[in-house]
Amino acid sequence: MALLALLPLVYVVVDMVGIGWVEARELIFRARVGELLRNTVALTTAAMLTSAALGTTLAWVVERTTIPAPGVWTALLAAPLVVPAFVTSFGWVSLWPAVASPWGALLVVTLAYYPLVFLPVAAALRGLDPALEETAEAFGLSGWAAFARVVLPQLRPALLGGSLLVGLHLLSEFGALQLLRVDTFTTAIYEQYTASFSGPAASTLAAVLLLLLCLLLLVGELRLRGLRRYAKVGGGSARRARRQPLGLASAPVMMALGGVVALGLGVPLGSIVRWLVAGVPAGLPWGSLAGAATTSVLLGAAAAVLITALALPVAILAVRYRSPLTSGIERTTYLANALPGIVVALALVSVSLRVVEPLYQTTTLLLAAYAVLYLPRAVVTLRAALAQAPPVLDDVAHTLGAGPWATAWRVVRPLVAPGLRAGAALVFLGVVTELTATLLLAPLGTNTLATQFWAESSQIEYAAAAPYAALMVLISAPATFLLTRDARRASGL
Amino acid sequence: MWGRKALVAVLLLGLTGCSAFGSDDDALVLYNAQNRGLMQALVEEFTKTTGIEVKLRNGGDSELGNQLVKEGAKSPADVFTTENATAMSLVDRAGLFAPLPPATLRGVPTQYVPASKRWVGVAARSTVLVFDPRQLSESALPASMLDLAKPEWQGKFGYAPTGADFQGIAAAVYALKGDQVGDAFVQGLKDNGVKHANNIAILKAVNSGEIPAGIIYHYYWFQDRARTGDDSDHAKLHYFGKRDPGAFLSIAGAGVLQSSDRATEAQQLVAFLASKQGQEVLAKSNDLQYAINHGVASNPALRPLTQLQPPAVPLSALDGPKVLAAFRRVGIL
Repeated sequence: MALLALLPLVYVVVDMVGIGWVEARELIFRARVGELLRNTVALTTAAMLTSAALGTTLAWVVERTTIPAPGVWTALLAAPLVVPAFVTSFGWVSLWPAVASPWGALLVVTLAYYPLVFLPVAAALRGLDPALEETAEAFGLSGWAAFARVVLPQLRPALLGGSLLVGLHLLSEFGALQLLRVDTFTTAIYEQYTASFSGPAASTLAAVLLLLLCLLLLVGELRLRGLRRYAKVGGGSARRARRQPLGLASAPVMMALGGVVALGLGVPLGSIVRWLVAGVPAGLPWGSLAGAATTSVLLGAAAAVLITALALPVAILAVRYRSPLTSGIERTTYLANALPGIVVALALVSVSLRVVEPLYQTTTLLLAAYAVLYLPRAVVTLRAALAQAPPVLDDVAHTLGAGPWATAWRVVRPLVAPGLRAGAALVFLGVVTELTATLLLAPLGTNTLATQFWAESSQIEYAAAAPYAALMVLISAPATFLLTRDARRASGL
Repeated sequence: MWGRKALVAVLLLGLTGCSAFGSDDDALVLYNAQNRGLMQALVEEFTKTTGIEVKLRNGGDSELGNQLVKEGAKSPADVFTTENATAMSLVDRAGLFAPLPPATLRGVPTQYVPASKRWVGVAARSTVLVFDPRQLSESALPASMLDLAKPEWQGKFGYAPTGADFQGIAAAVYALKGDQVGDAFVQGLKDNGVKHANNIAILKAVNSGEIPAGIIYHYYWFQDRARTGDDSDHAKLHYFGKRDPGAFLSIAGAGVLQSSDRATEAQQLVAFLASKQGQEVLAKSNDLQYAINHGVASNPALRPLTQLQPPAVPLSALDGPKVLAAFRRVGIL
């Protein structure tokens, strides 16, 4: 499994060696790569900053002011996560073609990804002990100064973690940016692929992208590591923080929040509805809709079952049998979490053609790509669940006469089941909205909602694309809702 | 409870999965980069005539062509069809096509058969400049496509460099005018052109007034006229004619893979596509590519083939890899 996760890296290295230094150098050190580097770094950095600013502001308003119905606002502000970024992008571009520009792209990806910062920061704000701020104010700091010097530093793990996620998502984003006509490494790799299949030009770009990714992860890890000193010494029992009275500002603040919801959720959903209304009179392609929906759900379910099953041994090893080797295996699967779908797909195309040719153009290979991409999600949730079933419970069960199987079934299973469910749901969600790997690897005649949506919207057939987008959102909404609810319950809030 | 559900899911998948995802039977496998709707109509007629079933794997010219080269002798494909000559040449140069019998080539004008005689032209599309008359008067239109490299055209025209369609047009410039003019044209594209994902996106951008002009093939405009016309009602076509590189006629091809294990049936399919019967299916369809063989007249909505005055470019002179290398050098790709 760890090998599977490393495959894309191995592929890039082997391919680069195969290309030879001279040609590789020519392909890497050229103006186009510089241009892509500028675009990618600029957009990623800018979007991380705007998402961090917007997400933190919204979290503060919802958690720390007297805004009415904060629970409803939290749900609404987190809701854009239900809509895949390429559908958000479709919503904007189809309403307003001029948005297809670097600034427009920044706007659209910020609206699609700010919840990745908003959710953890809001959770962190909820968990903060207000005593610290009060102490700071007692020492004479103004409200703003206390926020900047005491609260903000404590939010940094959530803020940095969330922004890092935004950055990682952007580095692998293909569909949204292609529709917005902004060239980054991921879209350029796809262009190289369509122009000449999996050639050296594609793999050198993939190598630079991977390097960029490692750099981002490294910086993120270093920044996060330096944060230990903000930990509290004792738990104590924190009160709820006092909320800043909004007074007359209540109405304008609510309008601003409403504006964010309208732009982030209203525009994509409204746009889908608009194109559905425009397209329905001409008749919907029921057969192809039903076929694509079935394929998406079946692939999602198969991947969910398969990948949670694969994740179980990794998680058990990581939790119960810690050793340098097992944590190495665990880390490797995390690394893959950040891999763009396009690189994974390129690697699998190349490897299957060279080594395991019978697998080429089969569902098995597609599922293998999903496994590389989504195994980490399942491992993370399973790990957390397994940690709640400490070995001592096994011992207790043994002393009460239960055999190993009975213990596993009657003691461990009920404790781990929520983790399994959450892991499976995460994988399912990922697969239903996956675009790039599916585009490259889907076997003869296999069309998913995402690939059909893509085929239509890249021909600017917005009305024909809308039903597929609507189904994708409908299928993934319940799972996303349950997951965010579970997550909030799990954090005791 | 979860465990049982998962078990049921696995069993269900086991049962339905094979039929839902399986792809093995004894139909001919056609790697099809030609327009899906057209090929579907052609293949239906072929199956009706011969009783031979055909299965399509659809994709783009370059994608499928390069895939065939990578797959080599292991390819599951029996027949390859494209919209442009460059991908056919790519596969031909890799030595993957089987020779075609003379009977298949009878009735096909010689300029639509490559020197190797291992694939055959089955349809054609004409390069055009689609323009928005609200932004660009007829007198301001360029006389030659190469004029678009001049500074006054900066930001004024769209092109789709990732597709084989446009790569064919650029290859024609190199074949007709040599490397120096070709390189200058490609540099002009990088400096002046607005990159789009495909021809349809260009047509819509011109029609909506987003850009004044774009280089596409004729049939995207005509197909839209034949349907709702919503994406072409403001746009007009400019034919360069006069043997200009911008009047390039792109030839769609069909060939039999040497690795095919059903060579006889595969040859029958290619012969059908080039035949009078196949050309008539094309001419009667709403696809609006030109029929080119056996003197079959194309759809009457089109400007007749004889009036197009395309430049004479030998099919084997179109060098796709050279164009890609140039695109990469100037940073288009």
